[in-house]
Amino acid sequence: MGSDYAIVGGGIVGLSVAYGLLNLGETVTIFDEGDLAFRASRGNFGLVWVQGKGMKQPAYAKWSRNSAALWKGYAQELEEATGQTLSLQQDGGYGYHLTEESLEQEIKDYTWLKEQLGGDYPFEVLRLNELKKEEPNVGTNFAGAVYHPEDGHVNSLQLFRALAKEVRRKGAKLVTSVTIQKVETAASGFRLTDDSGKVYESEKLVLSAGLGSMKLGPLLGFKAPIRPQRGQVMITEKIPKLMNRPSDTLRQVNEGGVQIGASAEEVDLDDRETPATLAKLAREAIQIFPDLAHVKTVRSWSALRIMSPDGLPIYQESLTCPGAFLVTCHSGITLSAAHARLLPLWMEGSHTAPELDPFGEDRFNV
Amino acid sequence: MFRRLKPQGQKIQIFFDDQEIEAIEGENLAAALLAADVTHFRSNPVSKQPRAPYCMMGACFECLVEIDGQSKQACMIEATVGLKVGTLKDISGVDDE
Repeated sequence: MGSDYAIVGGGIVGLSVAYGLLNLGETVTIFDEGDLAFRASRGNFGLVWVQGKGMKQPAYAKWSRNSAALWKGYAQELEEATGQTLSLQQDGGYGYHLTEESLEQEIKDYTWLKEQLGGDYPFEVLRLNELKKEEPNVGTNFAGAVYHPEDGHVNSLQLFRALAKEVRRKGAKLVTSVTIQKVETAASGFRLTDDSGKVYESEKLVLSAGLGSMKLGPLLGFKAPIRPQRGQVMITEKIPKLMNRPSDTLRQVNEGGVQIGASAEEVDLDDRETPATLAKLAREAIQIFPDLAHVKTVRSWSALRIMSPDGLPIYQESLTCPGAFLVTCHSGITLSAAHARLLPLWMEGSHTAPELDPFGEDRFNV
Repeated sequence: MFRRLKPQGQKIQIFFDDQEIEAIEGENLAAALLAADVTHFRSNPVSKQPRAPYCMMGACFECLVEIDGQSKQACMIEATVGLKVGTLKDISGVDDE
């Protein structure tokens, strides 16, 4: 027998939605591809981040802030239920700027965004002398930072583990190491076929397969205009506290290592690392925190972001196959709380569902 | 306690935190330290817990020691005559709190 919901894609996006649906009393079966998938959920940077989101689309800035505001209660609930520590820290974060020009441009962009949001968008500009009071170990050879008080970070691998554990405890069925190859409508909802020919049924369907949605989306009437964007990341040996708050390029994780990242390359489905890009990331990190020059890197990896044309998430119910929902974004950690708390209300047609029109696929109509 | 499976080879002296230790030339440095009853290689900079080699194959970074002012994985280095090895100092300019 089928579940109320089939969730195709058991990464952080799929598990967050599953967790929310289970809380509403729905039954769910989650399908996960396993080691062959690109797995942004394992390669991400681990930020709960508002800064930089929706610079041209205030609705996205608002949505990210909503999720950031929900995070504390959400993390607490998951920690209590699973006994895992998520190491959520939300007391602000920085966007560092190496040059005065880039900082000035950023201030203009945030000033515009703040106006669009009726003044409700907190940020501060910290020049080096002010920044030094907050982060005593920064260097002197860059312009400064934009500080956003709602930014933060989390141990995203522990989040992944906690979600996987908790959805099982709440009764979700997990079907792992399968590739869903076919999805189609059936009399009672949807029929899914995996790579061994096995067939599953469900009343409704959530497509949260990351880059896998490029192929599966059109089968359900979605445009799913997404593409991979490579980001390379490295992590250092564990060191004593070097920085107090995270930034979108540098953060010290709760175990002590410093994670360095934030490259963006359009290289299709190529998730290899390149020494040139890693070297550039390391140079910029040392420019901001000179002590990092003495610290060894222990691992590096790259992962593929799931990008829409405008960088915003896509939340769309299929027009041709009602009951099928596409959920895709490149900020699965930040939005995990909103995906767990709010998206299920939209799927269930609740009158308390959030306004998601700005994130529908009709914005891609020309 | 660890003992060598094949104790043959040229005996040499190395140093761990200025303490003289007998080793065999060319043997794995982490193994040489363990054979000399060194079990506290370093302390985790966050938890302060004592650490010792775990994977012995270059993956876990638990066996980090200081050689020539740099952090090195003891399990990836050979013991050489007079080698000076120490527990890691905190990186320069960083508060240890």
